[in-house]
Amino acid sequence: MKLNERSLASYATSGAPADRAGFLFQRAGRAAAYLRRWFVLRGNMLFYFEDAASREPAGVVILEGCTVELVEAAEEFAFAVRFAGARARAYELAAESQAALEGWVKALSRASFDYLRLVVRELERQLAAVRGPAPAPPARALPRRPPRPAPRPGRTAAPPGAPRPPPRPAPRPAAAPPPRLGPQRARRLRAAARELRPRGARPAEPLAAGPRPALSAPPETGGRGGQAGLGGPRAAWVPGLQL
Amino acid sequence: MRYNEKELQALSRQPAELAAELGMRGPKKGSVVKRRLVKLVVNFLFYFRTDEAEPVGALLLEHCKVAQEEPSGFSISFVEDPERKYRFECHSEEQCQEWIGALRRASYEFMRRSLIFYRNEIQKVTGKDPLEQFGISEEARFQLSGLQPSSPSLGPGFPGRA
Repeated sequence: MKLNERSLASYATSGAPADRAGFLFQRAGRAAAYLRRWFVLRGNMLFYFEDAASREPAGVVILEGCTVELVEAAEEFAFAVRFAGARARAYELAAESQAALEGWVKALSRASFDYLRLVVRELERQLAAVRGPAPAPPARALPRRPPRPAPRPGRTAAPPGAPRPPPRPAPRPAAAPPPRLGPQRARRLRAAARELRPRGARPAEPLAAGPRPALSAPPETGGRGGQAGLGGPRAAWVPGLQL
Repeated sequence: MRYNEKELQALSRQPAELAAELGMRGPKKGSVVKRRLVKLVVNFLFYFRTDEAEPVGALLLEHCKVAQEEPSGFSISFVEDPERKYRFECHSEEQCQEWIGALRRASYEFMRRSLIFYRNEIQKVTGKDPLEQFGISEEARFQLSGLQPSSPSLGPGFPGRA
């Protein structure tokens, strides 16, 4: 498969601070020794370099769908990034301290795009819930997009025969009027938000399947079902390890 | 650069945000238009020959610019080489706008900025940090101070920009 590797390398070494960076030991194969490498986590990509001064990454681990587990190994502070499927790939790594181990396991478990998207969607709902039916600033149009009338808040179903409104432009947050959330629904949303697990790698599953707030992404195409099948971030627990 | 190709292939089989058969032209000079099944999954754009199960290739959609190309087409280029464009042809202006919108929202960086924005807005209204319930309020990647100047893929005036 072709991949825009030059862009990947550029993304790896771009000026912005990485989400996490540091030395880790990486085992090349089951019987191989651990090699010390410089790792840079950026988004859902874990890059590794021969050393901290290298210009280009030696490789990258695309983290979607991975699980991160502690492993019992002769090596101290060992953990693994594993993937599902036949002949599954596992990256066997080790940190240099307990604190580094915990930091990396936490960061990698929550690095996937999928996880971030769940959090963002949840925050969208919460913002719509706390804002209630207040009027919002006019929608921002994308450049060159012909102007369209904004749909009236509260109207979730087009009357039969009416033309379907076009997909909304990119959701600059707060750019579109939120729907009218009845007091009951707002109460339920707030209660659900309070029930979310206080700690842990995953936020609560998406809430009620009612009409989605207009703040959210435009209507998805049919292929969206079963996102949970991606097997989002998980970390195996060890007694005493607080995540 | 080594990468976990098998996992990338598995990702290409996941449900897509958007998928369609489009005309596609590679960045090299003199490349011809080919029909490709183009599929947007998380921050990757996969492209397949229309009758094949494995993608021909994938584009990581970070630090990229999505521009409209007349008529009813768009291009993707990357910051390190803005003249090198992957071009796509849609069957209608509406489809084109749909893809441009989706691709501009597809990056991890965009998602992160949205999170920071929503967090800030919720905090302004409720006085509470909504990330605390997830246990991620201290993460450096979600701090307001981490907001970078807008990437080329976003227009000016993106809310929350420092």
